[in-house]
Amino acid sequence: MGKKTPLFEKHESLGAKMADFSGWDMPIHYGSQIEEHHAVRQGAGVFDVSHMTVVELHGTDGMAYLDRLLANDIGRLKSSGQAMYSAMLSETGGVLDDLIVYATGDPYLVVVNFATRGKDLAWMRQVAEGYECEVVERPEFAILAVQGPGAIEKVKSVVGEEKVALIEGLKVFQGGWCDGWFIARTGYTGEQGVEIILPEDQAVSFWDSLLEAGIRPIGLGARDTLRLEAGMNLYGNDMDESVTPLESYMANTVVLEGRDFIGADALRKQTEHDELVGLVMLGKGILRAHYPVFSNDAPVGEITSGAFSPTLGKSIALARVSATSSNMTVGIRGKMQAVECVNPPFVRNGKQVYKLRKT
Amino acid sequence: MAEFPTELRYLKSHEWVKQEGDMVVVGISDHAQDALGDVVYVELPEVAAECQAGDEIAVVESVKAASDIYAPIAGTVVEVNAMLEDSPELVNEKPYADGWFFKIRISDSAAVEGLLTAEQYQALCEAEEH
Repeated sequence: MGKKTPLFEKHESLGAKMADFSGWDMPIHYGSQIEEHHAVRQGAGVFDVSHMTVVELHGTDGMAYLDRLLANDIGRLKSSGQAMYSAMLSETGGVLDDLIVYATGDPYLVVVNFATRGKDLAWMRQVAEGYECEVVERPEFAILAVQGPGAIEKVKSVVGEEKVALIEGLKVFQGGWCDGWFIARTGYTGEQGVEIILPEDQAVSFWDSLLEAGIRPIGLGARDTLRLEAGMNLYGNDMDESVTPLESYMANTVVLEGRDFIGADALRKQTEHDELVGLVMLGKGILRAHYPVFSNDAPVGEITSGAFSPTLGKSIALARVSATSSNMTVGIRGKMQAVECVNPPFVRNGKQVYKLRKT
Repeated sequence: MAEFPTELRYLKSHEWVKQEGDMVVVGISDHAQDALGDVVYVELPEVAAECQAGDEIAVVESVKAASDIYAPIAGTVVEVNAMLEDSPELVNEKPYADGWFFKIRISDSAAVEGLLTAEQYQALCEAEEH
């Protein structure tokens, strides 16, 4: 038996198919993953992502510490509560994890992946030595992501006035505290929505009120196809310690100029590298992780994430390749299948947005 | 609860088999479609293809994974379910009816008797879940 979020019994009573996620019993779907996917693109859905790890950085050196820890530049954040997506790198530039940090001042709020929790916390504490900064895990929170074009209005209909005012004052990619809840306009779907970190003893009643407001529960299966359509990486699939952010379509989250973060020197030296690109299947069939990718019939890499895209009605993938061309194929069970090479994202706000990659 | 129609025979690899004279109709069980999740693509065999029992002759792709479909009995593929091309969800919706995969003309009609009964197959599925 794995770890259970405060909503475990809710998932069971909704008939969820549960599966192990790095030691947590989490809902994969509540009947149909594809219907759940469409519900988020067209209306509103709620995900229990309480398995993710919330960390606070206490102390006066928080900003200096983050400037050293992260490939992205914490100094770029100007407004309070602004969110930043970044990789945390090893000395050799490998991606230890990707995370979101909220510029809440002291303490800073950071959300990291649970699968890498132990490694992340050990690393973050090691780097914190010499800084007036304490890395404090906050496991007593639940996390709910409410996503979709109707998500924000529906959330506002079930929270009190103060929280409504907070939400209305937030810009995209910004969050703030209210009454022990942290609400941020962030997500992992490519839709409008909020992510809410709240005390675990309030999770069940809030979940119930969201469902009563017509928000549909969404499993982690649809979360994966939504994030893939949105061109967002999944740690462990699309990147890990063996690759740098430059090889992971994360160059826009790396700020090298004038900075001395861990891994910066390695990135400066990496002038030639593979790239993470998007693939769209032209015919029928499903692209899946580890399928080999070819350019002009020469092997150039492999798929890191692949799935059927419910929004586009065809298969899409992310692939790490050494070269691209207008003649790209993927080997599926020994047969070469034609694909288009594109720049992610594939879908934003319910619409197809990908562009053919120039070669 | 998954259904296990008693008039069908089954394979432990989760195909169902229905005898129609010298032909068998093959699909995947309700238990299998439920475990796979939404089916998004089915790769069917060529009509007139010869197969031996145990050959991988089709592939069912769900949101979760690609799974091989095995020929239950030796024979010749005589028809495939063209509806699955545009409506793979039929495999989830009607696994024992419109969601069938292909038909095989078999030379040994007694071979069907050697497959699992509904009761045997159900017991196997229940054992798998524990």
